[in-house]
Amino acid sequence: MSTVMIDTGNYIAAKAAVMTKPDVVAAYPITPQTTLVEGIANYEASGEFKGEYICVESEHSAMAACIGASATGVRTFTGTSSHGLLLMHEMLHWAALARLPVVMCNINRVVGPGWNIWADENDSISQRDTGWIQFYCSSNQEIFDTVIQSFKIAEHDKVQLPVMINYNAFILSHTSMPVNVPDQREIDKFLPKRKPKWKLDVKNPITFGNIILPAAYEKVRKDMQDSQEYAKKLIPEISKEWKKQFGRYHGDLLELYKCDGADYILLSMGAIGAESKVAINNLRKEGIKIGLARIRCFRPFPQEEILKLSKKSDLIVIDRNISVGMEGAVFTEVKGSLYGKSDAKVYGFIAGLGGKDTTYEDIIKMCKKVVNGKAKNLEWFGIEGV
Amino acid sequence: MKKYDVVTTISYPKKGAMGKTGNWRVFKPILDKKKCVKCLRCWIYCPEATIIRNKDDSVDIDYEYCKGCGICANVCKVKAITLEREGKRK
Repeated sequence: MSTVMIDTGNYIAAKAAVMTKPDVVAAYPITPQTTLVEGIANYEASGEFKGEYICVESEHSAMAACIGASATGVRTFTGTSSHGLLLMHEMLHWAALARLPVVMCNINRVVGPGWNIWADENDSISQRDTGWIQFYCSSNQEIFDTVIQSFKIAEHDKVQLPVMINYNAFILSHTSMPVNVPDQREIDKFLPKRKPKWKLDVKNPITFGNIILPAAYEKVRKDMQDSQEYAKKLIPEISKEWKKQFGRYHGDLLELYKCDGADYILLSMGAIGAESKVAINNLRKEGIKIGLARIRCFRPFPQEEILKLSKKSDLIVIDRNISVGMEGAVFTEVKGSLYGKSDAKVYGFIAGLGGKDTTYEDIIKMCKKVVNGKAKNLEWFGIEGV
Repeated sequence: MKKYDVVTTISYPKKGAMGKTGNWRVFKPILDKKKCVKCLRCWIYCPEATIIRNKDDSVDIDYEYCKGCGICANVCKVKAITLEREGKRK
């Protein structure tokens, strides 16, 4: 029987992580992730978490410990944020290239200086090319469901890549919401024990991460790409399976909301993605034909679905990140997905950097600027003093 | 060779997994069997396991895989192993 748990995004993620029965959790605390690892520590104290909890001296070590543990064939979980994620950078590449299904929550927080602990997606966007699958969540229920789904995706024989579940600092990490928590037996049915195809084992010794020559290395990279492409097909299947068993659905790579007959489609992610739904409802009431395609999965990137949407609608992209010297990362990738295949106009907004509040009213203003033909190609929304 | 669904860097232990590493060698260890006292220090210290221990504790060098690091010559108490530059004209 399922229960309803009212708690913050971090405690919900801790609950979900413990219910996947990881054998090893290695983590180092950082605001605003602290209560996530504190939550897991509480479950260890109460006996609900039966795995090994490794307290390490840095995030680099946390990921290294997860890599070592995962290589022995067991299930591993960790969590971090912002500067912690950046300190892991080298090990993020390592986990992905070694094809280890580590699952991690990253709480999107500003990168300093100036020192700031609020929501901003530049931390995880800057880890885009490490080979990790990246999800962005919009509610605590989605965090819970995605943590459990992520293990199934990561550990799939044809994927075997690590997964990062991102959610915005404080807006989700420290905000309580009611979340449906299924019975442990139901979770076990959905997510069986990890069955690795190879592992570090003294009885059957192997060398792991050894020297390989250029032609072989190229194959390793190509295979990561093939596996991400495979994940594009797998993620919708997992969403469908989850819906069948638990009755909940948060979308596939994209979550489509009121996209039928839309002249404009808004693309956003994370907490702004949730706020966008309210904006869409209001704009629809005013008779503006607009829908939302919330980007749930940033890697693999839903190129084909976005191209399909662009055949009937112009696109508006809101980025809570900036690739300095270019533009918002999602904006670039959306345009890249359309190149040579679509005539749709694409408008980009940078909004909510540094954790600046971005409400549905702000989103309405951005959309109206586009609808009224007043938007420039790239806008910094509501920036002070400019 | 075992088949997996994905490509990554694993190697199973076997002789010469990296090819004939003997051709990396710059200096070749030459053993003078008349001086050798069968103490087996070279056999213990060789990091590549290319000193072959015979039944009577005499030793030979596996030149297919010896990289020529010279540790054997260094640890030899009776100076039975000397290093000679590869390709030197005799």
